[in-house]
Amino acid sequence: MTDALSQDTALPSPGAPLALDSAFPRREAREKVTGAARYAAEHTPPDCAYAWPVPATVARGRVTALHTADVLALPGVLAVLTHTDAPRLGPSDDPTLALLQDDRVPHRGWYVALAVADSLESARAAADALRVEYDTDEHDVRLTADHPRLYTPEEANGGHPAVRERGDFDAAFAAADVRVDATYTMPALHNHPMEPHASTAWWTDDGRLTVYDSSQGSATVRDTLAGLFNVPEDAVTVLSEHVGGGFGAKGTPRAQVVLAAMAARHTGRPVKLALPRHQLAAVVGHRAPTVQRVRLGASSDGVITALAHEVVTHTSTVREFVEQAAVPARTMYTSPNSRTTHRVVALDVPTPSWMRAPGEASGMYALESAMDELAAATGIDPVELRLRNEPAAEPDSGRPFSSRHLADCLREGARRFGWEGREARSGVRRAGDLLLGTGVASATYPVLVSPSTATAHADRDGSYTILVNATDIGTGARTVLAQIAAEVLGTRPDTVRVDIGRSTLPTAPLAGGSSGTASWGWAVHKACTALAGKLRAHSGELPAEGLSASADTEEEAGRESPYARHAFGAHFAEVQVDTVTGEVRVRRLLGVYAAGRILNPRTARSQFIGGMTMGIGMALTESSTMDAGFGDFAERDLAAYHVPSCADAPAIEAYWVEEDDPHLNPMGSKGIGEIGIVGTAAAVANAVHHAVGVRLRDLPLTPDRLLPHLATAPHAFPLAVSGK
Amino acid sequence: MRPFSYLRAATAEEALDAFAARPGAQFLGGGTNLVDLMKLGVTAPEFLIDVSRLPLDSVETTPEGGLHIGATVRNSDLAAHPVVRTRYTALSQALLSGASGQLRNTATTGGNLLQRTRCPYFQDTSKPCNKREPGTGCPARDGVHRDLAVLGHSAHCVATHPSDMAVALAALDATVQVRGAGGERTVPVTDLHRLPGDRPDVDTVLRPGELITGVTLPPRADGGHSGYRKARDRASYAFALASVAATVRVEGGLVRDASLAFGGLAHRPWRARAAEEVLRGAPATVETYARAADAELAAAEPLRDNAFKVTLTRNLTVNVLSDLASRAEEGARPPT
Repeated sequence: MTDALSQDTALPSPGAPLALDSAFPRREAREKVTGAARYAAEHTPPDCAYAWPVPATVARGRVTALHTADVLALPGVLAVLTHTDAPRLGPSDDPTLALLQDDRVPHRGWYVALAVADSLESARAAADALRVEYDTDEHDVRLTADHPRLYTPEEANGGHPAVRERGDFDAAFAAADVRVDATYTMPALHNHPMEPHASTAWWTDDGRLTVYDSSQGSATVRDTLAGLFNVPEDAVTVLSEHVGGGFGAKGTPRAQVVLAAMAARHTGRPVKLALPRHQLAAVVGHRAPTVQRVRLGASSDGVITALAHEVVTHTSTVREFVEQAAVPARTMYTSPNSRTTHRVVALDVPTPSWMRAPGEASGMYALESAMDELAAATGIDPVELRLRNEPAAEPDSGRPFSSRHLADCLREGARRFGWEGREARSGVRRAGDLLLGTGVASATYPVLVSPSTATAHADRDGSYTILVNATDIGTGARTVLAQIAAEVLGTRPDTVRVDIGRSTLPTAPLAGGSSGTASWGWAVHKACTALAGKLRAHSGELPAEGLSASADTEEEAGRESPYARHAFGAHFAEVQVDTVTGEVRVRRLLGVYAAGRILNPRTARSQFIGGMTMGIGMALTESSTMDAGFGDFAERDLAAYHVPSCADAPAIEAYWVEEDDPHLNPMGSKGIGEIGIVGTAAAVANAVHHAVGVRLRDLPLTPDRLLPHLATAPHAFPLAVSGK
Repeated sequence: MRPFSYLRAATAEEALDAFAARPGAQFLGGGTNLVDLMKLGVTAPEFLIDVSRLPLDSVETTPEGGLHIGATVRNSDLAAHPVVRTRYTALSQALLSGASGQLRNTATTGGNLLQRTRCPYFQDTSKPCNKREPGTGCPARDGVHRDLAVLGHSAHCVATHPSDMAVALAALDATVQVRGAGGERTVPVTDLHRLPGDRPDVDTVLRPGELITGVTLPPRADGGHSGYRKARDRASYAFALASVAATVRVEGGLVRDASLAFGGLAHRPWRARAAEEVLRGAPATVETYARAADAELAAAEPLRDNAFKVTLTRNLTVNVLSDLASRAEEGARPPT
């Protein structure tokens, strides 16, 4: 990996006023690398008990018997909670949290019991020993493009309409000079943050609940727990001080926090529960598999006249979640005649949910692959083709873009990558046994922002404290919020303490949708602006208690913008395909982004290259197989589910273009947490096509998929062997 | 919790005596596989005899000019050993292609040989598996089996042996030294692991209580080269889809001697004797190597989703043999 921090990353000299735009290292870096930073499972209150969940071993049916008596007799076992005796839960918007409330098994891996014991080992042994009997129904877990139970939902994730039509797609497509009609598939993908989902919970005699939870937003956890356990919201305190990644899988409360609170109430003791890695795939959400048909009709000069993006995906029978993969096609390119649709089938599978750039990551794989196919069909360079299809306004909404610098990203990326002079033919660049290819793809991610509150406090000693219930999921939230505060207060960030990650702090939204910094930062900016006013108005020494100012951005952040607001980017990849083994490796990956003002180049770059690395996994290594016979995902640990290793992540470079957008927030920033993954898989897959000369439309591009197309390589003599 | 006893043995004698007193015990090496399996409930030994600190941690040249490797030598140390790197290159390459740096620092030579299959059904106690629970069936045959066996499997089991190291040892004609209640014996590494047949629960020919104390490599003939190549889904920390270890000696354009072993294809490291027959005395050409691979792979019986392994192994075989032979013919470099 290149070590060079891109662009201007110099720290300001001591005393310099610059706070934003500077590459401050993250504040808790030392705590993290020395192990001092404590995560949810690393808090052990006195008398703490341990819980281990029992997953269902059938894919559909009902629990008919739970032989808890045998297990309760085991040493150290305190309780075995089941649907017959677990605390009754109040209502929740999320039916995946209705845990141990009835006998129904909606999918394999659904929790049917929870063992609680004096030690982790005893809890695990108890969970393993519990005999469960089921009435089993036939299950259906296979997603097919023509599944008879497919339906069109009212909306897809994010509140997007499931179907949008403009103009007359069919007629325009039929009349087009050049047509591309291709179907792309992706398997389920799993978030697998480094820190598994974990909670430590206890109730006090006054009916108050305290929980350390690994979550992207403790306010939602608090509100949800209050509802489920029928207590006032201010009786629940949720702490998420350090979170080891989430990628969407911790966006809202997950099973662990409900079960831990339940077990703590039932046993009267603090209870710790960390979900084991091999159970995560079934209970914390996944990126749903998709079958995506894209049709592009264009004039011979490459200008799109007709665009259809039709998505088929699955959800569970517990809750509808529809991966909004056709949505980016409503923003990206000129398309006077357009059809974008989602259809979904509720299968007996675990419930899908958010995974880094839901909709954009999956949808842009298909759309940007189809663009590459259109480039090949028209003989137009893929960068040039995209430039020719820049829309004047957002095609779907007709709204003007607040800023759109995709063209700059493409041009700047092409320049840095050395795209000019690229071999137009595919399948011809060879180095020994390796075939080489390059590919490009665009990226986009919407600007999202939510109302937030924050308090800024000035102390007598000249230091400041920011209070806001933001969450740092590894991105550097404390660091950038201190920079924002310092900029407004005209001070150095190291004079600003930042207190986050606790539900008793001023309410703030979750770290998700690439909206954290914009949402929290806006409230911090407003509170600091107010505080600065108070300080200016104050003369003499500050009162002993200091001065404070609070802010709420309900009005300004909640207001709908008349603009279409999105970040854009361009990805360039070079791959090698080994003709001996079919192994694909990325040699170079370069991204250029237009994402408003970059507030901290160091932490921003980390987010970009992190997303790009995840995109490499999506393209090449991450494969989840639905085991149709049993109804569960076959790859359930990090040995079998192949997230990229360091050796898979070569020279990755991230850059950005200057973008001054006055229609965003006081900082002028767009979100950067997700756009790095968007388009990366397509850039890699397009490079594979360029290398091999064959279009492979099913991810991931593992050796078994490549090998059949490499038979013409030297030393490879196809052998007539068929599977049996 | 499932209680178990633990003894850290100081000598091989102590370990063997402890086993004799508690049949059903299991020896614990680096623990990189056994401990996982205990956590998963795949195995539940009542007694663990930790042999990882036995004084068997040295690598020594034998009087015959070969190499003796103690059973507790760590994978990382063995891979870095200068004699292994220069004269048994295939072994060093195989070790370095396995697992991760952290695991290699812990895993032992003996334990590596005795690691168990990573078949997903074997590791999941909620599902049938003949290897884990004889007679319950093998869902892998019709289930998820892209990574599983194409050679030597049976109706009862399609598991593969996951070791990279063992594949190189098989090509290098290593022998395994074993001590048990009945004394010491030597087993060729190619005979150590069984094919599944109707007893897939039995991985090896070791008798209960027998302890691997070391591995011996015979001297390497001058002018020979050895190498290991592995294909996998990601560039590091992934088991082999297929791998090939080989030694080749070429003289006057003819293959004088060759050995070949396949990994990732079968219930044991697969010594490719039929291929070796073809190679011996034949012209050192790509056509010969392909013919040799075909001779061995004719026995392949791919499952629904793993036929690619046959093509892959064929390609790897031709590639590795070509590479080794061309280096042998260059002749300028020291033998490896």
